Amino acid sequence: MQKFLSALKPGESGRVVAVNGEGRIRRRLFDMGVTPGAEISVKKVAPLGDPIEVTLRGYELTLRKSEAACVATE
Amino acid sequence: MKTFALCGNPNCGKTTLFNALTGSTAHVGNWPGVTVDKREGTYKKGKEPLGIMDLPGIYSLSPYTPEEKIARDYILGGGADCIINIVDATNLERNLYLTLQLLETDVPVVVALNMMDEVEKSGDKVDVAALERELGVPVVAVSATKGRGIKELMERAAAVKAERKGVCLLAGELTQKRGTEDGSAHNEIAACDENADTEAKLAADRYDFISSRLAPLKTKAKREKLTKSDKIDKVLTHRVWAIPLFALALFLIFHLTFSENLFYLNGFTEGQAWMPSLVELGLAAEENGEIIYNNFGVEILAIFYDGAVFSPGVILTNFLNLFLNHISSGVVTLMENGGAAAWATGFVGDGVLGGIFAVLGFLPQILVLFMFFSLLEDTGYMARIAFVLDRLFRKFGLSGRAFMPMIMGFGCSVPAAINTRTLADERERTATLRVIPFFSCGAKLPILLACGGALCAKIGFGNADLITYSMYLLGIAVAIVSVLVMRGTTLKGETPPFIMELPAYRLPKFKNLMLHLWDKTKHFVKKAFTVIFASTVIIWLASHLSFSWKYLEDEAMNNSILAQIGSFIQPLFTPLGFGSQLGEFGWVFAVAAITGLIAKENVIATFGTLAGCIAALGANVGGIFVPDTLAGVEGVTDAAAMISATGITGAGIIAFIAFNMTTIPCFAACAATKGELPKGKFKFTLLFWIVTSYTVGAAVYTMGNWWWSAFIWAAAVGVAITLIVLANKGILRFKRAGARRNKSKKTGCGGCCGGCSGCGK
Repeated sequence: MQKFLSALKPGESGRVVAVNGEGRIRRRLFDMGVTPGAEISVKKVAPLGDPIEVTLRGYELTLRKSEAACVATE
Repeated sequence: MKTFALCGNPNCGKTTLFNALTGSTAHVGNWPGVTVDKREGTYKKGKEPLGIMDLPGIYSLSPYTPEEKIARDYILGGGADCIINIVDATNLERNLYLTLQLLETDVPVVVALNMMDEVEKSGDKVDVAALERELGVPVVAVSATKGRGIKELMERAAAVKAERKGVCLLAGELTQKRGTEDGSAHNEIAACDENADTEAKLAADRYDFISSRLAPLKTKAKREKLTKSDKIDKVLTHRVWAIPLFALALFLIFHLTFSENLFYLNGFTEGQAWMPSLVELGLAAEENGEIIYNNFGVEILAIFYDGAVFSPGVILTNFLNLFLNHISSGVVTLMENGGAAAWATGFVGDGVLGGIFAVLGFLPQILVLFMFFSLLEDTGYMARIAFVLDRLFRKFGLSGRAFMPMIMGFGCSVPAAINTRTLADERERTATLRVIPFFSCGAKLPILLACGGALCAKIGFGNADLITYSMYLLGIAVAIVSVLVMRGTTLKGETPPFIMELPAYRLPKFKNLMLHLWDKTKHFVKKAFTVIFASTVIIWLASHLSFSWKYLEDEAMNNSILAQIGSFIQPLFTPLGFGSQLGEFGWVFAVAAITGLIAKENVIATFGTLAGCIAALGANVGGIFVPDTLAGVEGVTDAAAMISATGITGAGIIAFIAFNMTTIPCFAACAATKGELPKGKFKFTLLFWIVTSYTVGAAVYTMGNWWWSAFIWAAAVGVAITLIVLANKGILRFKRAGARRNKSKKTGCGGCCGGCSGCGK
């Protein structure tokens, strides 16, 4: 089942199937390793509810929920 | 001379390697994006000297922020004989993405596998020889912090041939590319196949290649599920505790730096002291408002304790001031005994030493504050704060990334302004640049401490650090309001994205920290003996010469050039409480504020230079009793002298501090800001600073003097906010009507008032 990265709860993980969104954000996500096929897991949510911290390719990345909504996982 | 450029992901240790290679002391930190400009050095330990170029970190060859563009342009511009690609071995996968892109270009590349000591420490292994085979370029394992492998790296880099044809390690169809926009295969393929999502495919292919062929070359040891970094992180970014912990950390930093009452043994106000002061203990005596210690031992004791235990910052400050006081009184005695003319003694004692020492005396506190902020940065906590506070920043229309330049502003506005290059959005950058001076820098600290201390003395309040703390908070509050207003009016735009790497927590390196502090000390002392020295000489001369170039005794200062000019501009500051309403020396505040435009240290240096004259005039300097806890610090006594001679009110003093904190920063900061702002924005920025500081100063003064004026200010702020909100709604309507440039508040308001009442009904 497809789920957007923003909908994953802390501790859940998925595999990236598609990255949508505006050009610059999309390219930056690619540069940071958020590419189709990448395993990604949500580590935690910031105290104020946004942004989220994810683990992928062995490192930690933070992005906002609005940006995470561009990433479709399964 | 050959030039090698250091290139790699942000926070992979480029600058650490640069420092190790060149013996420089460039600023490093555990935060992605510390280096924001090219930096050159020389490596001298090899056969021939080699030029080393440190570049800002990049994740790929497609630039996203201005500082990334600098790096990309340099690499592809062919300025370097060899690119040393630094790869963080603890984070191999993502770092190799840039490596693949570099290999696709024609530049000669050597890979430096950095942080190998950390990899080994965690029990992991990397097959360096196999990685070299796969990549087809030299790969050298190094540890920049420990200085390992550096010699080998330089030898292999020097041996690399200048000519190299780009290779693509991916599937065969992508192998040839030339003259493309980002120098990688990207455009070429886009041309081949317009329908497919080539950008995604290429990025995914590169990463697939890395994860299938290269990543397995690193073998991971078995480890516990939670690393140390994770455990620390759980506490520091806890859903409930993260924000209180951060507030506590900030309070502790300021308390340890500024408090004269470390354990609150002295109660919260002067009256309720629980511990005896040195005078009460009979170890010191008070004469004419000055403290005379019984012997040198007591004088030393007074560095640490006097009715209350001091914080480390204050202890160090007292220590340095004891030293400086002895030097300056020694020099003056020596000159007097040697039969030097009175004017010469006055010039050296009051003019030069008085001014410079009044500023230099605060160096320890500046360093302690700086050290704490470096620690926050080096451990990786700062990046987490950006993560925790991003939501809050977004409310103001900024991203969490803007947090870093703002915090840097507490140290110095110049590097802070340059650091705004890490912000991708132009409007966000402009807004951040404009509020950076409100984050009170180290040079403004003497103003806070001297005036705050003198104010405490005047009103009999025991905790000068609370005044310092609240002035910092005032600066932050002004910054927040300004950003809100700017993002609501002239700098409207969408909130910029926030996609940032969170670095692993690391133990700060003692050597780095010391180098960093040493750099800061050098910079400050150099400034004290150049810019501030020159300014104090000019101020002294201007205060001892009349317009007919006649030398004036101290007593005749009011006829001097400085007094004439000062009196002329003084009325400008009347609404702020340090203008025409002051007594006969009222112009010193106006003069100090103006000299502060050259360097903020000048404000207190001016006081220091002029205090001697005022004392000579027999003005009522003893009117304010400076408590023994503060008497040793020269700047405080000078400020107290100014306050009692001019009769400025408490509200006026605070307004003076607030004005200096929020007004146009020093020359250097202005130049840095101008360099980072988009073209044509600097004029408005200057105007913005003048208007803001004037408004804040006037608000502080009037509210402090007449409490009911708070209602007027509140009403004015309310009206302003309503106008902005309504104008924004109104402008939306105007846009639809086709009038795009209707941005002035008045027209916006006129348009929307009608609209609003319509809504209400």
